[in-house]
Amino acid sequence: MSAASSDLLTLVAGIFGVLILASAIGYVLQQRLSPNGSNAAIENLNARIKAWWIMVILIGIAFVAGRIGVLVLFGFCSFAALREFVTLINTRRADHWALAAAFFVVVPVQYYLLWAEQYGIFSIFIPVYAFLLMPIISVLRGDTERFLIRIAEVQWALMICVFCASHVPALLTLNIPGYDGRNVLLIAFLVIVVQLSDVLQYVWGKLFGRTKIAPKLSPSKTVEGFVGGVISATLIGAALWWITPFTPVQAGLLAFIITLMGFFGGLVMSAIKRDRGIKDWGNLIEGHGGLIDRLDSVVFSAPIFFHIVRYWWSL
Amino acid sequence: MKAFITKAAAAAIVVFARAVTAVRAIWPEEGLPTRPCVYFANHSSHGDFVLVWTVLPPRLRRQARPVAGAEYWLKSRLNRFIGRDVFNAVLIARERDQRTEDPVTQMAAAIDAGSSLILFPEGTRNQSDAPLLPFKSGIFHLAAARPDIELVPVWINNLNRVMPKGEIVPIPLICTVTFGSALRLAQDEAKDTFLERMQTALLALSPKPAGSGE
Repeated sequence: MSAASSDLLTLVAGIFGVLILASAIGYVLQQRLSPNGSNAAIENLNARIKAWWIMVILIGIAFVAGRIGVLVLFGFCSFAALREFVTLINTRRADHWALAAAFFVVVPVQYYLLWAEQYGIFSIFIPVYAFLLMPIISVLRGDTERFLIRIAEVQWALMICVFCASHVPALLTLNIPGYDGRNVLLIAFLVIVVQLSDVLQYVWGKLFGRTKIAPKLSPSKTVEGFVGGVISATLIGAALWWITPFTPVQAGLLAFIITLMGFFGGLVMSAIKRDRGIKDWGNLIEGHGGLIDRLDSVVFSAPIFFHIVRYWWSL
Repeated sequence: MKAFITKAAAAAIVVFARAVTAVRAIWPEEGLPTRPCVYFANHSSHGDFVLVWTVLPPRLRRQARPVAGAEYWLKSRLNRFIGRDVFNAVLIARERDQRTEDPVTQMAAAIDAGSSLILFPEGTRNQSDAPLLPFKSGIFHLAAARPDIELVPVWINNLNRVMPKGEIVPIPLICTVTFGSALRLAQDEAKDTFLERMQTALLALSPKPAGSGE
């Protein structure tokens, strides 16, 4: 067995252990505080834990299937996230072909470029080509009503749901000396640290939260949750150094940066939800809301994480 | 063999509808009637009845038959296959002079045979800016002919943005189908009062527009 797969196995065993513990706690809480399903917070907690099982198993299957599995998984995530995003933006009939191109051309091409490991074109395809060609497709129909808003919103949707999200599987393309064949663990590091930070902020906030940190944006987020979540996720990140090419201090520092990006990404996406008068992006994941609700922090941290690692560690 | 093909086609259409629209149903608190009833919905796309049909629980779906315009669904072999064989639609002639059968009689006969109906009382696809076109009187005459039948308002949201008239490629957007509480024709209710009441009940289910598209 290679070092990569034995590390992966250890990691999977650890994650399953955490989930089993979470399910057990959820079960005890339900028996004691919400035997007939009356406590909404506990019912939601259990729905979330169940959804976590499914998400972990899906990611696990993708990892086992290798590069193609990871690309297909994140390609579908981009598709579903874009569907949630475009549902909420200003579109008119004149945008029909531009939107069709976003779903059926931009998403597959972006992930194909990762498959082909064409880093140069991958990194500018959406910021340059889609940015210029999408408004051209829209303008051909001659409808100027709210034109700037329409083209800007479609571009924003593509940047968040496709460009940024595709930087998670892009970690597979990095060539890090002494880390051959283990890149999938970088994805695990990023996703585990950012998602644990979300969970820990929620847990610390529920236990000790007093002071609201952004009452206008996200009334459930507290200073105590934020500080506790970021510090504990940073420590967990440092403790996971053995699956990365980093030293423990470097791993902790990177974990700190991506948890901060994740936190602020959550705030930005909350502001968009408030703007559009909705509570969740969708209903894809029971207990969590839409896919973007779960993915927002990963989406904001992935490109920064990718470029830091690419700049300092990759060839 | 034919039964198998139509079942497979129906399943494929449901999978496709779910893949494009991630459609979600919102049910009334008391649930749907279990006896045959009439689902009446707003109409803006040829896919409307597919979406209602897709979200119905299998047991209710099996007894549901869409009511659709004969001239469109008999136009080509594919239309005939989907309309008549897959969805078992009650096909009615919309133009008065082409009618060999009275649509209300056809619908009542389907109900008597134990089917539910999926009905679009606006009569045609709504391409206007108004959320709902004035109802045609067919739903009233049906309710008068079968006064015990329950009428369930169903609001289909967003499907008109998925595939606007004249477009051939659907845009994936999230759709919802909201079912309201069942209604009935009141005793001695006049036609206009009844139609007005049905329209209000249906409009009450429409959410505030999310993207403020067309």
